[in-house]
Amino acid sequence: MSASVTLVDYGMGNLPNVARAFERVGARASVTDDPGAIERAERVVVPGVGACGDAMANLRAKGLDRALLDWLATGRPFLGICLGLQLLLERAEEGDATCLGVIPGRVEAFPEDLELPVPHMGWNEVEPEREHPVVRRGHFYFVHGFRAAHVPDEYCLGRTEHGERFVSAVGRENFVAVQFHPEKSQRAGLDLLERFCGWSP
Amino acid sequence: MLTKRIIPCLDVKDGRVVKGVRFVDLKDAGDPVEVAAAYDAQGADELCFLDINASHENRAPKDALGARTAERVTIPFSVGGGVRSVDDVRSLLAAGADKVSVNSAAVARPELVSEAAERLGSANLIVAIDARRRDPLDPARGWEVYTHGGRRPAGLDALAWARRVEGLGAGEILLTSMDRDGTGDGYDLPLTRAVSDALRIPVIASGGAGSLRHLGEGLDDGPGGGAAAAVLAASIFHFGTFTVPETKDYLERRGIRVRPMEAAAG
Repeated sequence: MSASVTLVDYGMGNLPNVARAFERVGARASVTDDPGAIERAERVVVPGVGACGDAMANLRAKGLDRALLDWLATGRPFLGICLGLQLLLERAEEGDATCLGVIPGRVEAFPEDLELPVPHMGWNEVEPEREHPVVRRGHFYFVHGFRAAHVPDEYCLGRTEHGERFVSAVGRENFVAVQFHPEKSQRAGLDLLERFCGWSP
Repeated sequence: MLTKRIIPCLDVKDGRVVKGVRFVDLKDAGDPVEVAAAYDAQGADELCFLDINASHENRAPKDALGARTAERVTIPFSVGGGVRSVDDVRSLLAAGADKVSVNSAAVARPELVSEAAERLGSANLIVAIDARRRDPLDPARGWEVYTHGGRRPAGLDALAWARRVEGLGAGEILLTSMDRDGTGDGYDLPLTRAVSDALRIPVIASGGAGSLRHLGEGLDDGPGGGAAAAVLAASIFHFGTFTVPETKDYLERRGIRVRPMEAAAG
């Protein structure tokens, strides 16, 4: 039976592209903003692009923040993409927003004195910090001006070089989250989504 | 490390690729979506669609192209040409485009850049700048911005305009040399370098690529290079002069980091 993934719609970014990518790897993808539908989901995916403050406000307005925390506690598989990684941290520098706090750490801008383009936009390599059933080495498509900082090593699954080795993949137990866009990362990205669909944490 | 991007550009007119594409046997080499899928399979890093008659006909590109492309390709793509309002940007993104480029409309009303960036995010927003040398032989005299497909001078200095749109929230600059476009003589390297050095956001070099050496020069961060984050090219790919894999092989040998080739996505 094909995997069923539930994409959480909280008004931040283009979910159809993520849904299409899951369908390409044989999964059934549905989109919801209903906390009840999350409770009944098999696998939950939080995509998104934008600022953490807006995202948290949207999640709270619909009771989705609570639903996601409850979901994570069930032990069933969770995937965060881009903003969906940043929201797992404690706080975001931009707008001084409080995030979900699933992982210690903060969302911060790349340093002002970085002599490289910001936003970090394009294809870059993820170097795994440890073996993981979902996240493996490869080149993926990134686009972001903020990144995870002060994340304890035990949550770090992968790092990427952009003037510094920033945390580009996190995870523990039943959740995994990536700063890049697997739905836009050709074969490497589709393979990651497929592995997530087969993951039984 | 961030790799440099290779972006084939498809000029689209009335829903068809202008001048056709000859690099591979396609059922329909004039269908932009067929061509896009073929470039995805070759290992292109991103794709760019420009609706070349939308701007002077005062209309936005059709959403259908983005929607059909999103069904077929697994790499990011941008759509531009004739984008006039925040609603146009939103509609093209919703249809499936990853980025939208604005050009003439931003010159006419710079607030379009800040409004689109605030509401829809900087990452989605490319500001396309068509620049022409004030003196073809002397880059030190600077570059003038042109709009409406290079038809009208805007009365703006290209470097100053690039700085301004960065401040307004542009996520990326698509920088086309009107002097070099269509010549195959290579990118305007002083132009590319001046804008790349002045800005923090990525710059895509465009206009003039006729050989692999030109692509390398546009991307080269060393002295004399354009230091662009990405290069856009049309004819050298469309006419099969070079494939994307040949291009990446060449750039790697030249010491420019590119995304390694992978098997095509299924």
